[in-house]
Amino acid sequence: MSHWDVLLQQVINGVSLGAMYALLALGFTMVYGIIELINFAHFNVFMVGSFIAMWTLEAMGFAGQSHVLYGLPLIGILLAAFAVTMLGSGILGVAIERLALRPLRGVPGTAPMITTIGMSYILYNIVLLGAGADSKNYTNPMPKTAWEFGGVTLRLREVLLWTVALLLMLALNYFVRRTKMGKAMQAMAQDQEAARMVGIDVDRVVIITFFLGSALAGAAGLIFGLYYNYTSYLIGYTAGLRAFTAAVLGGIGNIPGAMLGGIMIGLIESLGGQYIAVRWTDIIIFSLLVLVLVFRPTGLLGRAAPTKS
Amino acid sequence: MPISDERQTPSQRPPPLLEFKDVNTYYGELHVLKGVDCSVGEGEIVCLLGGNACGKSTTMKTILGIVKPKSGEVAYAGARINELPTAERVKRGIAPVPEARRLFPRMTVLENLEMGAFTRDDTAEIEIDKERVFALFPRIKERLKQQAGTLSGGEQQMVAIGRALMARPKLLCMDEPSMGLSPAFVEQVFDIIQAINRQGTSIFMVEQNANMALSIASFGYVLQTGQVVLHGSAQSLRDNEMVQQAYLGRMKA
Repeated sequence: MSHWDVLLQQVINGVSLGAMYALLALGFTMVYGIIELINFAHFNVFMVGSFIAMWTLEAMGFAGQSHVLYGLPLIGILLAAFAVTMLGSGILGVAIERLALRPLRGVPGTAPMITTIGMSYILYNIVLLGAGADSKNYTNPMPKTAWEFGGVTLRLREVLLWTVALLLMLALNYFVRRTKMGKAMQAMAQDQEAARMVGIDVDRVVIITFFLGSALAGAAGLIFGLYYNYTSYLIGYTAGLRAFTAAVLGGIGNIPGAMLGGIMIGLIESLGGQYIAVRWTDIIIFSLLVLVLVFRPTGLLGRAAPTKS
Repeated sequence: MPISDERQTPSQRPPPLLEFKDVNTYYGELHVLKGVDCSVGEGEIVCLLGGNACGKSTTMKTILGIVKPKSGEVAYAGARINELPTAERVKRGIAPVPEARRLFPRMTVLENLEMGAFTRDDTAEIEIDKERVFALFPRIKERLKQQAGTLSGGEQQMVAIGRALMARPKLLCMDEPSMGLSPAFVEQVFDIIQAINRQGTSIFMVEQNANMALSIASFGYVLQTGQVVLHGSAQSLRDNEMVQQAYLGRMKA
């Protein structure tokens, strides 16, 4: 393998990781955008999502990685798995908002944020008690099909995951920019009181935002399982923290920023692991975060807070 | 003790569209509105005068449902609306032009206008109202694609009024419409308020510029530390000595 091949291979890996981080970062950024809350429960909605997806695949008769599908059946099963997972995670996100966060709406200070940390621990412990502490061998119907380009391997599963992530981001973009509810979300992000005054039902927008963000976290959880072939109650922490960093890096509250930040974190992880050392990855990621916050506190694509004129 | 105005004859006023009956509001322990009675009749322009921190903004927030009264009644179009959420009030025809405009700064002028029609689904009628707004504010039409945050203060005020009109309101609630505008613009805004009123919309206005407000209003209230201390026709308030001294800047000869 020439060093160009190595670089290209790591870019492929990085984009795959980045797509997952981007989906996860979107949930952080959307919720922050409309209610200025950092939702740490999101870490473990992602983790629960990967379990929901695994159970869904098992319920459809798959076990381990021996039962492989091709063509339309594969696409059908993937669509079904993504749909069920996203619905389940979305409902979980809405339940968290409704039960734990809505009663605290309007409470100033850090109480709502601390509550999300509490919710995160509750989810973590429920899965630990219910599913056990061992890593689960992930049910994975994806074939091992791969193409060689010189020294570079492109696997079918990567292409599929990129496609799914891209479609989800395009769909979200369409929703936010073109639909009435999406415009209501933008309006709320820009001025909550003014949004209320044009007749926007703020609680409904918050619920839809939690649903969408959590559904995307569920999709990221399924991608995690299909990519790494395992899941465990522990996966929320590392991936969640990196995705959160991605959201801040891109400019928290900014949707394209979360996508860009996610891909950047993915690339740093894979290239840093290749050229420096895996154990330095987190140091590089968080040092970059510190640098961005020092020199560009609003993030790469973030805007300064609007001036009240 | 409220000072009553002898010349005021309530029977001459049109039937009320909005009515406050003995409304009391609190911020925590702080008693803000103290037994406020006031009303806006169908087709009227009513102004609320008062100094800083007298409860003007709270009155506005109580009309919109952002602050809920602890006792008393807020009635609109014959129904009690004390507990109605803001969104539902907008749907029923109460549209605010908030203090300091509060446009969506990173949306275009056109998007801001469209947000004003958020509670409506009658696409064809919305287009008609858009044209009506353009007719009132030809300047807006030239800047439809511009981000609202980049407009001048006067242009923002036009868009804010236009956005409120897009809800096709029966009652337009204007919080300090002249604030931060140049004198020439203030005059223009007040002309437009009158034009909107002539098209059939009732107007409730909170205003520091008492002179201007009383020149277009038919009825007025003076609020002091949360109480209505004076009310009457705009003409009678203009002639009132206390109003002249406190709000019109005229000293007794």
